[in-house]
Amino acid sequence: MGIFVDKSTKTIVQGITGTQGSFHTKLMLDYGTQIVAGVTPGKGGTQVHGVSVYDAVDEAVKKQEANASIIFVPAPFAADAAFEALDAGLKTIVIITEHVAVKDVIQVMARAKKQGATVIGPNTPGIITPAECKLGIMPAHIFRRGTVGVASRSGTLTYEIASGLSAVGLGQSTCLGLGGDPVVGLSFVDVLREFEEDEQTKAVVLIGEIGGNLEELAADFISAEGYSKPVAAFVAGRTAPRGKRMGHAGAIIMGRAGTAQSKIDAFTEAGVMVAEKPSDVARLLAERLKKKGIFTGGMSGT
Amino acid sequence: MKLFEHEAKAIFSKHDIPTPLGKLADSPTKAREVTMQLHTPVVIKAQVTVAGRGKAGGILFANSPTEAELAAKKLLSTRIKGTKIQSVLIEEKASIRKELYFGITIDRSTRSYVAVASSEGGMEIEEVAATMPEKIIKVFIDPLYGFRSHHARQIAKKLGYKGRQMLNLATIFHKQYEVALSYDAELAEMNPLVETSEGKFVAVDTRLIIDDNALYRHPEFKKRLTEIEAELPPQELEARKNGLAYVKLDGNIGVIGNGAGLVMATLDAIKLYGGRPANFLDVGGGATANKIVAALNLVFSDPRVNVVFVNILGGITRCDEVARGILEAKMRTGFLKPVVIRLVGTNEEEGKRILTDAGFHVLDSMEEAAEKAMAIVKSGG
Repeated sequence: MGIFVDKSTKTIVQGITGTQGSFHTKLMLDYGTQIVAGVTPGKGGTQVHGVSVYDAVDEAVKKQEANASIIFVPAPFAADAAFEALDAGLKTIVIITEHVAVKDVIQVMARAKKQGATVIGPNTPGIITPAECKLGIMPAHIFRRGTVGVASRSGTLTYEIASGLSAVGLGQSTCLGLGGDPVVGLSFVDVLREFEEDEQTKAVVLIGEIGGNLEELAADFISAEGYSKPVAAFVAGRTAPRGKRMGHAGAIIMGRAGTAQSKIDAFTEAGVMVAEKPSDVARLLAERLKKKGIFTGGMSGT
Repeated sequence: MKLFEHEAKAIFSKHDIPTPLGKLADSPTKAREVTMQLHTPVVIKAQVTVAGRGKAGGILFANSPTEAELAAKKLLSTRIKGTKIQSVLIEEKASIRKELYFGITIDRSTRSYVAVASSEGGMEIEEVAATMPEKIIKVFIDPLYGFRSHHARQIAKKLGYKGRQMLNLATIFHKQYEVALSYDAELAEMNPLVETSEGKFVAVDTRLIIDDNALYRHPEFKKRLTEIEAELPPQELEARKNGLAYVKLDGNIGVIGNGAGLVMATLDAIKLYGGRPANFLDVGGGATANKIVAALNLVFSDPRVNVVFVNILGGITRCDEVARGILEAKMRTGFLKPVVIRLVGTNEEEGKRILTDAGFHVLDSMEEAAEKAMAIVKSGG
C-alpha cells in the first residue's frame, strides 16, 4: 500500500552505469526494491550489481516487465531520458537529476499528463514506501512503516521531520519529495488526493518552503474538499529575504508572492496544524491522532 | 542570468521587434558622439540588472549632445543599489500615446509558459496585478501546441486595437514568444511597449532573464558569467568557486547546513529563539571534508559573525566526513570564534567520536543547538 510505489513496483534505473546511478542502485537493492533492469545507451549487455543493462528503455521494459523508472542521467540529457521512459509506456518516473532546463521540464510534464503518467521531481530525493519500495537517494534507516503520508519540497528537511515522526512511533505510509525546482511533476494537491484514497494513510504531513503557491493551493483544496484526514505542515523560510534564491532554484520570493507567512496563514485558515519548528510536527500530529484514538503512542517496535 | 537592457534589445531587434534608435556609451565623450547621430531629445539609461532603476535615478533625459555628455558623466560615476554603472544606453525619446505591457514567463502551478499583457504598462506588473487585477490579460500556453498567431491577435484585440494596429501588435507578441523559447527565457518582457503618437509600437524597455540551467545551450553568454562574477561580493564569489549556495544576511550567527530546506529551517529556528542569522549556507548533498573547510572559512571571514552553528543531518552526506572537515579547518586556521555542532544521520557514531575526541561538544537536536548558539551570543561570544 502507500501511494505511487509499493512492493509490486518493478523499476529500471536510467543512467545505471554512472557514479550516482550505480551507487544508489546498490542501496535500493539492499532495501528490497525490485530493480529489474538498467539503461545506459551504448552500455547494453553489461551488468551493474547483478542488474542487466540495456541500450534502450523499451527493450528493458519488454524483457523485464518494468512499470517504473528512476533517472540519474546528467542534466542536459535528463529530459530525453524521461521522454524515452514515457514513450515506453512507463507510468511512474522519478527524476533525481538537478539543474534540468525548465523549458525541457515543461515539455516532459505536458507529455506525461497526456499519457497519464506520474513524474516525481526533478531535483527530488525520490519516494519511499517504508518496508516495501525505495525509489530514491534518501537514507533508508530514518523511515518506519506506518500511517503518516509525507510530501515535501526539501530533502534533508524531510529526513529531519520523518526521523522525528519515527522517534515518537509514528511510521510513514509513503514519503516523497516533490522536487526543489520551479516546475515539478507533482503538486501538494495531487499528493493529498492520493493520500485521501490510500487506506494505510491516516494523516498527512506537508513540508513546504518559500516560492510559488503550491502550499496556498493545498490549503484551498483542504478547506474546499473538506479533507478527511488530519494534516500538519511546516514551512521553511520565514527569515528568507525577497528576491534571493535560497539554495533551491524554486525557493525564491518574487515581488509579493511566495512568502512563508502567506503559506502559513493559508494553512492555518484551512485548519492545518502548522509547526513552528521541525520537531513540533511529530508532537502536534501525535496529540491530534491520540485524541482521535488512531494512535496510542510509544516507540515503534515496542 | 539577467541580461542587460541593451543585450535584450539587440536580441529583440534581431527578431524584428521595433526598438528605439540608440547606442551604448561607456564614457561621457562617447555619449556626446552617440547623441550627435540621434534626434533629440534622448533618454540616457544606466545599464544595470537590478530592478527599480528608474526610481533609483538611473534614467535621465537630454536635449543636446552636451546635456547627454553631462548626464552620462553623472550616471557613470554613481552606483545603483550598490552596483557600479559600466555603460549607458542612449536612445531617441519616443512620443508616447499609450504604454502597454507584454511578457512571457513561467507559470509554476500550470507547469507552462504564460503570456501576460496589460494596458497599464510602465509600472511593475506585480503592482498592476495587486492593485488592478482586471487590467491583466493572461493566456496559458499549452506546451504541446504553443502560442499561435490567433492567441496573439486575441490579446491585441483585448487591449483594444483593431485593423492594421491589431495585426502589428500581434506580430510583435508572437515574435517575443519565439525569442523567449529560443533563448530559454524565465522572463522575456517589454515594459513599456509604447504606442507612439503616430500609432506605431516600440519596445522602449526590455528584460530578458535566461534560465541558468539552460546556459549550456547558449555559449555566447559564457563571457557574461565571468563578468557577473567580477561584480559579486568576495564572499559570494568564494562560495560560487567552492560549489556552496551562500546568501549574506544581516545578523551575527553564522550558519552552515546540508540541504536548502534544512538550512532555511535553521535560520528560522535561530530567529524563533530571538537571534539573527548572518548567512544562508548550504553545502549541498554528499559534501566532502574540503567543502566543509571552505564553508567554515567563508563564514569565519564575515567580521560580524560571533558564533557558527553547523547543522548536519547526514543522508548522502556522511557525518564522519563532515567531522574530518571541521577538524581540518581547526588545524589549518584555528577557531577564533565558538562553533556549535549538531550532527546526526549517516555514520553519526564515527563523526561524533572524531569531534568528541578533539574536545567538541556535539548535540543531537537542532533546537537545542540553536538555543546554545543564542546563549553564546548573549554572553558576548
